Amino acid sequence: MTRKEKDLLDVSQLPSFAFGHRSPMWWGTMGMIAIEGTVFVLCIMSYFYLYSHSPSWPMTTPAPELLWGTLNTLILLASAIPNQLTKKAAERMDLAKVRLWLVVCMTFSIGFLLVRIFEFGALNVRWDTDAYGSVVWMLLGLHTAHLVTDALDSLVLTVLMFTGPLEGRRFVDVSENSMYWYFVVGSWLIIYAVIYWGPRF
Amino acid sequence: MNIPVTERIVHDGTPDSTELLAQTWSDPPGLIGWLSAVNHKAIGRRFIITTLGFFGAGGVLAALMRMQLMRPENDLIGMDLYNQLFSLHGTTMMFLFAVPVMQAVAIYLLPLMLGARSVAFPRMNAFAYWIFLFGGLMIYIAFLFNTGPDAGWFAYAPLTESEYSPGKRIDFWAQMITFTEVSALLEAIVIITTIFKLRAPGMRLNRMPLYVWAMLVTSFMILFAMPSVMLASTGLITDRLVNTHFYRPGDGGDPVLWQHLFWFFGHPEVYLIFIPGLGFLSAIIETFSRRPIFGYPAMVLALIATAFLGFGLWVHHMFAVNLPDLGKTFFTAASLLIAIPTATQIFCWIATLWKGRLNLRTPLLFVLAFFFILLMGGLTGLMLASVSLDLQVHDTYFVVAHLHYVLIGGAVFPLFGAIYYWFPKFTGRLMDERLGKWNFWLFFIGFNVAFFPMHILGLYGMPRRIYTYPEDMGWSAMNFTSTLGAVTIAVSMLLFVFNAIRSYRSGAMAENNPWSGGTLEWATDSPPSPHNFDVVPVVHGRYPLWEEQAKPEHVTGLAANHREQLITSVIDASPDHRSSFPEPSIWPFLSAIAVSILFIGSIYTPWAVVWASIPVAIALTAWFWPRKKETQHDLALEKSP
Repeated sequence: MTRKEKDLLDVSQLPSFAFGHRSPMWWGTMGMIAIEGTVFVLCIMSYFYLYSHSPSWPMTTPAPELLWGTLNTLILLASAIPNQLTKKAAERMDLAKVRLWLVVCMTFSIGFLLVRIFEFGALNVRWDTDAYGSVVWMLLGLHTAHLVTDALDSLVLTVLMFTGPLEGRRFVDVSENSMYWYFVVGSWLIIYAVIYWGPRF
Repeated sequence: MNIPVTERIVHDGTPDSTELLAQTWSDPPGLIGWLSAVNHKAIGRRFIITTLGFFGAGGVLAALMRMQLMRPENDLIGMDLYNQLFSLHGTTMMFLFAVPVMQAVAIYLLPLMLGARSVAFPRMNAFAYWIFLFGGLMIYIAFLFNTGPDAGWFAYAPLTESEYSPGKRIDFWAQMITFTEVSALLEAIVIITTIFKLRAPGMRLNRMPLYVWAMLVTSFMILFAMPSVMLASTGLITDRLVNTHFYRPGDGGDPVLWQHLFWFFGHPEVYLIFIPGLGFLSAIIETFSRRPIFGYPAMVLALIATAFLGFGLWVHHMFAVNLPDLGKTFFTAASLLIAIPTATQIFCWIATLWKGRLNLRTPLLFVLAFFFILLMGGLTGLMLASVSLDLQVHDTYFVVAHLHYVLIGGAVFPLFGAIYYWFPKFTGRLMDERLGKWNFWLFFIGFNVAFFPMHILGLYGMPRRIYTYPEDMGWSAMNFTSTLGAVTIAVSMLLFVFNAIRSYRSGAMAENNPWSGGTLEWATDSPPSPHNFDVVPVVHGRYPLWEEQAKPEHVTGLAANHREQLITSVIDASPDHRSSFPEPSIWPFLSAIAVSILFIGSIYTPWAVVWASIPVAIALTAWFWPRKKETQHDLALEKSP
């Protein structure tokens, strides 16, 4: 090694992108998850706060029907499979598989968005009926906002994967999008338990 | 000069190559270019000036209040306007000045301190600035149309429900919260990612300047505190607009839920303001006592401990609420406990100053004032932590005195010190020392004259937020004194503005390192070039500029014709990959406009959330969508992991 080389730290041979926590994008996604997760937690806390101050729960209406919410839980859980396959394909930078599994994910998202409409109908309460109705609508509304944004994100990525312009870094975007999908599914399991089983105990 | 894009030109240290590097990292010229800017220094500068502008506006509101209270039964300002004045004053200082100014300074400084060429997510950074600006302008425009908030800065329900506050005043307030919190949350992500991934090689976590630690801790607190006020204000606005019942007693709602949600944010908020101030202190004390900080590990642990404890204090704002006594006792204990990490830091600073060779310039004066003022505020804080004492002075001027001693002493004095300290880095010129000393002494004396009497007024029973008082209460002399202090503060602020403008135009030229500081921001030009560092330094210790240069000295192999930023590992900052950073874009600005239309529209109709989300989605997609030319650049440089 010459003196000159020892004086300098050559980074020209480093890769130009990376997956997982090596990527700034991962930290950005994690930050969003921390924020939105906190919103969910606080909303659930508000639910139980109002619950603890009320002699009956639900206050005046029957509990939500289980059918649509449970069905959607199953759909969301099942969507984890194509989501995982998308993530793995992205990390292998396998464009054909990424396209395939993203499209499968998109069909799932159409499914859960449609079922979500029925869920609102099966809550058996309006947001302006009483405080119970308000907080249930808030919880379901917040989660629906996540479903919609996640579906839109995925749609934009899916289209991009077919039309380009593409480069290696876009696979990192796909991988991080899958991470976020997991958050949307995982947070739903808790919200599902609160909305549908909270009033039954 | 045309920048060739399909080949990779490595920066080789020649003047031509450095010129190319500067051109690569510059924002485009012209109005569209100005609106498309993503350079962290451009955004940071605008952000700092905007927040200081709001500080000035909030100060004018305060001055008007002091004019009204100058003598008993004054009829200068009526009841209704007075309500708006104190509400907007508190709102401005908390949401439009104190938290954002700390983030703004960090956006400018952090990359320079870390040896980076940019902040992470520069476009999101620009978006966060625009959304902040629009939110702040919105509430002031509403105020000018007699629609300013009038229910205090913490907007307690049920007063803020539509039955008691008809009209749009509270709705604008609630949406202002949404604007500013979106901005602050995004900036927190930008700051955390910048600190974790963009540090110069070798700057291990335990070599980061304490200011960087302070901003890291603050940003994590923001992630977990600010969602609470967003959720709270969303519940408030839906109560008002679509008739939900979150805080409405009668249909199962509970006004105390508002208090819990608000203060779960509101107390950490104090530390969001205070901890960056501690970071300023550490930076200034090190440089002006000309020695490394005493007890670095204790300082870092104290910051983290403060952040954790800060989340366990919120109920001490609610001692007057009917809550279980045992619960209140817990919050009393936590409120007393938080004095320990603060005291740890204060003793470490005193030790540093004690063993140092002091250079008594303006920045250090502001720091020394901190010790005096914060100590006073901290001691009244200990008093307020006790439930029985708190009930005695609840909602009196004693609390007003306490919070101003804490916030102005803990954050504003350090901030002014920081501005005097880093002004030469921002502008290439030093601020005038003589005017600085006048600024300092007038501020210090004016502050104490204005706020000290309020302690006594509070003990005499003067409630806060009253627009006037009868003569026979015996409050007149102290109120008059307080107003004299306020006038003195105003004069000192005018001096500051004069000093800043004059020094910017014709102050003494500053070298790269006018104060002989030890951290990396002093290694680069004043003001820094668009790319911050001609060569990215390699760090071997906590104070690179005070230590002997070790090998390797700096990084080589980054492109000059492309926005390449070295990404390093979280703990050890070892080189990991070279990331291609985004070009300037108008879309963050346009997205911010679209989002503003959605937020403001929703004040008038809930359907705005639906129809206005279409332009938002379009703008965000256009923002994300990769351009062919940029993708070509990236492909030319691409190397798969």
